[in-house]
Amino acid sequence: MESFGYLMQGFAVALTPYNLLWCFIGVFLGTVIGILPGLGPAATIAMLLPLTFQMNPTSGVIMLAGIYYGSKYGGSTTSILLNVPGESASVVTCFDGYQMARQGRAGAALGIAAIASFIAGTFGVLGLMLVAPPLAKFALSFSSPEYFALMCLGLAMVALLAGKSMIKALLAMMVGLWIAGMGTDIFTATSRFTFGTAELLDGIDFVVVAIGVFALGEVLGNMEVREGAQILPVPKGLRKLLPTLQDLKDCRFAFLNGSVVGFIIGVLPGAGSTIASFISYGIEKAVSRRPEKFGTGVPEGVAAPEGANNAETGGAMVPLLTLGIPGSGTTAILLAAFILWGLRPGPLMIQDNPTLFWGLVASMYVGNVMLLVLNLPLIPLFAQILRLPAYMLYPFIFGISIVGVHSVSGSLFDTWMLAVFGLLGYAMRRLEYPSAPLILGFVLGDIMERALRQSLMMSQGDLTILVARPMSATMLFLAALILLAPLFRKADALRVKAIAEGS
Amino acid sequence: MRLLKNGEFVSGAVLAGLGVFIIMEAWQWEYLGPDGPGPGFFPLWYGVGLLVLSVTLMVVHARQAPAPESRGMAGTGRAFATWAALVVCVALLKVLGFIVAFSLLTLFIVQVLYRQPFGKALAVAAGGAIGFYLLFDVALNVALPAGKLGF
Repeated sequence: MESFGYLMQGFAVALTPYNLLWCFIGVFLGTVIGILPGLGPAATIAMLLPLTFQMNPTSGVIMLAGIYYGSKYGGSTTSILLNVPGESASVVTCFDGYQMARQGRAGAALGIAAIASFIAGTFGVLGLMLVAPPLAKFALSFSSPEYFALMCLGLAMVALLAGKSMIKALLAMMVGLWIAGMGTDIFTATSRFTFGTAELLDGIDFVVVAIGVFALGEVLGNMEVREGAQILPVPKGLRKLLPTLQDLKDCRFAFLNGSVVGFIIGVLPGAGSTIASFISYGIEKAVSRRPEKFGTGVPEGVAAPEGANNAETGGAMVPLLTLGIPGSGTTAILLAAFILWGLRPGPLMIQDNPTLFWGLVASMYVGNVMLLVLNLPLIPLFAQILRLPAYMLYPFIFGISIVGVHSVSGSLFDTWMLAVFGLLGYAMRRLEYPSAPLILGFVLGDIMERALRQSLMMSQGDLTILVARPMSATMLFLAALILLAPLFRKADALRVKAIAEGS
Repeated sequence: MRLLKNGEFVSGAVLAGLGVFIIMEAWQWEYLGPDGPGPGFFPLWYGVGLLVLSVTLMVVHARQAPAPESRGMAGTGRAFATWAALVVCVALLKVLGFIVAFSLLTLFIVQVLYRQPFGKALAVAAGGAIGFYLLFDVALNVALPAGKLGF
C-alpha cells in the first residue's frame, strides 16, 4: 500500500505537462532510433546526454529512459518489414514477423508486436515497482566490501555474456578501468596516467568516451558497407494493423511468458534483452501445440520475444536504481547520467529522491501507453524513416557528437579525445571486442577502486576482509565461478551457444 | 608477417604493451601505506590482469590462421577516410568554427564517400549546417564551437 501511495505521487510528477512532453520526446526518439538499423539506444542516449544537463534531473531521466524503452518498440518494425533487426534484441522477431509480412499480414505482426510490447513493458514496470524498494532496503546493510564484491560479480556476469571471447570482454573491461583511473587520485591527490597533460588532471569525461565508443564507433563501422533494402508495403489504416481475436487468443501465453522471462533476465547483469527474447521464444516453442509452425509466421513467435525485450527494460532498472550496478552499456550510460546530475543510484536513492524514482516509474507506465498509441496508428509513417539516406543521417550523428561533447566542457581537447575514442570504438567493433564491458569498467572503475580501498582501510590492508564477511564472500565466490566457466568445456559451450544465438 | 595480419595477435600485443606501461607507472606510486592501499594498488592489479590476459590471447591466436577478411579492405578504407575527415574537421574547428568545418565534413561524406552529385552534397551540407545553427544556437541556446571568423 505504501508503494501505491508513492506511485500516486509519482504520477503527479510524471503527468505535469513539462514531464509529459519530455516523456513523449523520449519515446518518440526511441521509436525512431529503434527503427533505424545501425543506431542503438546507447549511442543515442550518449549523444543526447549533454543536452539534458540544462534540464532538471527528473525530466532528464524520464526522457532518457523513454529513449531506452521506446527503442525496444521500434526495433520490431524493420525486423517485420525488412527482415533486418533494428536492434539486436529484435533478431528473433524476424523469424515469424517477416514470414507474416510475406504472407500479407505485416499489419497484424506489427500490431501484435506493439500490444506484446505494451503488456510486457507495463509488467516490467510493475515488477520494478514491487522489487526495487525491498531490494534497496536489503542493500542498506551493504558496506564497502559487499559493494566491491557486488561490482566484481556484475562485471564478471557482463564479461561472461558480452561476447564470444571472454578474454576479449575482460580485456575491454580492464581498459575501461584504466581510462577511469586517469586523473587525480581522490585519496592522495597523486596524478595518474595524465601524460603530463593538464587537461587530463580531472580525468576523461564520461560523455567523451560513451559518444566516441558507441556513437562514432557505430557510425564508422556502418560506413564500411553501403546496403539498400526494399520496404514491403505496410497496410494503411488502423483496422488492418489490429490483429484478429484468434491471433490474440494464440498469443495469451506468449504475452505472459515474454513478460516474466524478460523481467527476470533483465534483473541479471549482462544477460540483456537479446538473450531474454531468445529464451522466451524457445519456451514458447517448447510449450506450443504447434512447434513445427514456428518460423513460418505464427503470431506467438512475434509476441513472446517482443514482450521479453520490453519487460527486460523494467528488470534492468532494478539493479541500476537500487544497487547502482548497471548490467549493460545502455544502463551504464544512464548511471553516468545520474552521477553527472549529482545523484547516486543505490540503496538510498528511493529514500532520498522519492520524487525522481517514483516519477520515473510512473512515467514508464505513461510512456508505455504513449508508445502503444503512437505505434499502432503511426507504424506506416514511422516506416518511412527507413527512406532516410545514410549520407544524411551519418553527418548529423558526427555533428551532434561534436556539439554534445563541446557543450559539456567547451574544450577542444575533449573534441580531440572524441575522435580518439571514435577510432577505439571502431577498432573494437572490427576486432570483435565488446564495448559494453569497457563502458561498465569505465563507469564502475572509480567506485570500485574506492570501495576496495575503503575496505582495505577498514582492515588495515588485510585482504581477507573481502572473504570474511558472508555476503561479500558469496558474491566473490560466484564471480570466481563465472570467470572460471570457460575452463569447463561443457559450461563454455553453453555460454558460446547463448551468445551465438543472441548475436 | 603472418602474425601481423592476425588482428587478435596484434591487438593482444598492443594491450600487452599497455599492461606493461600500467605496471611500470603503478610501480612508481605507493602500493600500501599506513592508512591502507595507495594510488598504485588498484592499477597494479588491473595492469597485471591486462598483461596476463593479452599474452594469453596472443598465445592462443598465434597458432591459428588469421580469420578470413569478411568486409574487405575497401570497407576499412571508407571507415578510415571518414575518421580522417572527422580529424580534419576537429582541427579546423578552432580556425573556421563548427558551421564551416561541419559543412566541409558533410560535403566530403556525401560527395566523396557516397558519390552523390555535387549540387546535392552542397545542399545537404548547407542544410545541415543551417539546421544545427537553428536547433542549437537559436532554439536550445547551446553555443556551437566558434572559429576565428566569429561563428
